[in-house]
Amino acid sequence: MVVTTSWYLALAAVLFSLGSVGLLTRRNPLVMFMCVELMLNAVNLTFVSLGADLGDLGGQLSVFFVLVVAAAEVVVGLAVIVAIMRRRPGATADDLSVLGG
Amino acid sequence: MLAVATPEVLWWTLLPLLFLSVGALLLLTVASIVRHLPDTVPQAWTVVTGLVTLVACVPMWQEVHDTGPRSTLAGSIAVDGSTVLVTALLAIVVVAVALLARPYLRREDLPGVELYVLLMLSAAGGVVMASADDLIVLFLGLEILSIAVYVMAAFHLRRIESQEGAMKYFVLGAFASAFLLYGMALVYGATGSTRLALIAEQLSTTVLVRDGMLLAGVALMLVGFAFKVAAVPFHAWTPDVYEGAPAPVVAWMAAGVKAAAFAAMVRVLVVSLGTHASDWTPPVGALAVASVVIGAVVAVLQTDVRRMLAYSSIAHAGFLLLGVQASDADGTAAVYAYLVVYALLATGSFAVLTVMGGEGDHAHHLDDYRGLARRRPVLAGAFTVLLLGQAGVPFTGGFVAKLGVLASAVADQGYWVAGIAMLAAAAAAFVYLRILVSMYLEDAEVVDGVTVSPTVPAGARVVIAVSCAGVLFIGLVPGPLLTLTRDAVPVLVGN
Repeated sequence: MVVTTSWYLALAAVLFSLGSVGLLTRRNPLVMFMCVELMLNAVNLTFVSLGADLGDLGGQLSVFFVLVVAAAEVVVGLAVIVAIMRRRPGATADDLSVLGG
Repeated sequence: MLAVATPEVLWWTLLPLLFLSVGALLLLTVASIVRHLPDTVPQAWTVVTGLVTLVACVPMWQEVHDTGPRSTLAGSIAVDGSTVLVTALLAIVVVAVALLARPYLRREDLPGVELYVLLMLSAAGGVVMASADDLIVLFLGLEILSIAVYVMAAFHLRRIESQEGAMKYFVLGAFASAFLLYGMALVYGATGSTRLALIAEQLSTTVLVRDGMLLAGVALMLVGFAFKVAAVPFHAWTPDVYEGAPAPVVAWMAAGVKAAAFAAMVRVLVVSLGTHASDWTPPVGALAVASVVIGAVVAVLQTDVRRMLAYSSIAHAGFLLLGVQASDADGTAAVYAYLVVYALLATGSFAVLTVMGGEGDHAHHLDDYRGLARRRPVLAGAFTVLLLGQAGVPFTGGFVAKLGVLASAVADQGYWVAGIAMLAAAAAAFVYLRILVSMYLEDAEVVDGVTVSPTVPAGARVVIAVSCAGVLFIGLVPGPLLTLTRDAVPVLVGN
């Protein structure tokens, strides 16, 4: 059995869907961040496999940028969580409901 | 020895970017070395950086006008009229937000330097977005812009609303970025390049093997963009974030972030994917209609002025999308004119909200505006001009802007879309009238025998006066702006 590019693309699509469903349904902020990471890494897999398929280095190059961005994003997200947890220990996403009209 | 090929760099095209990012880093360094920096220093530094950036745009505009648009850094940065226009717009908004920020930070007793640093870094990201000629560069610009804004939204340390809004903005923003990036990956797979010029060339010269992948990619990118510009049905974060974030930061989100996001959107959709316009104009038109209708209708139900303006910003995004879906030079020129006018309206309006918030930043209920015309007649008058501008009343800039996008939609046979948008604009006018009625026809609340009047700091005065003057000027003499935006239509460069 030959594993072709489309297998990788399908795996990436599944991972991306898992990440997006997880982000929308989970309530623990840390798990939500993990879901964001899962989505971004699914995109990375897509980039790499498409780049290999096209014989183009651009796809692999993109992954470096995405990795850096993902790291920076999580740093900021964790800082916001820490700020919230100081005020309200043990808060989940559902507890953040002061706003709304 | 292996020679490394380095790309040609036109340094003058990078000047605004360098000013903003180096300005931010210098301020951060100085602020961490010098103890007890007076709070006027970071503000003055930010204002000067913004003004220098603005001044640098003048020779850039001239150069682009004389010698034509071009691409640099191995086709990753494009410099054309739209780049320079949006850069100048962002610089102006940076100056305005810096003027609003200091009295706000002092009133709320917050430490200040980081806000200015993040503001300048965010603007640098916006400049990257406006000049990106490559999908990955665009993504980097978007993230530089967004990550700074996530922190700015959480800046009020003592209001849990500020952090809650930032958390929501962060989660949905990251979600949107992932969608946008996935769309970029698929477009890359379908066309074999992330460079906009090469994508356009590939699309116009060959029949794609992976047509479905391109469509999926464009759809995912649309979702990502729609989140960032707050178009219905991807708008859920907007009212909460506008309500929670510090008011000067909201001014930046409404004016700056929206301008950068639309500049990027126009460049990707209209310029690069213009040959496949028939694929993406129907969904963009649907987003536009949904945004103008929902934005106008739901705004009527709000009682918090920040949430009203949040929904009205959603309606404004719908009008801007109307110009995008026309997918021609007239449509994009109308979008840029709208962006300029909306930047003035949004900074002015949120400057008023910054002032009205009062200590603790919570006096934003419609009742807090009762009788403002008697307490602060000038402030109420200025807010009237800005609200009428947002409603699109003739002789204000808002009318010129709305007319432009509607005309471009009609010229593109979008009669239904334009008709619905006009009806929605009429409904939206009711929202602004509610605030006006509250300010002029109702009596102020009397607390302990006195009515409280907001104090208007000098910085806010300047911002409100300039934005009002700009809105009225564009409304009375629209010619210069329309000429300017016609010269700023983005073009394809870099192949």
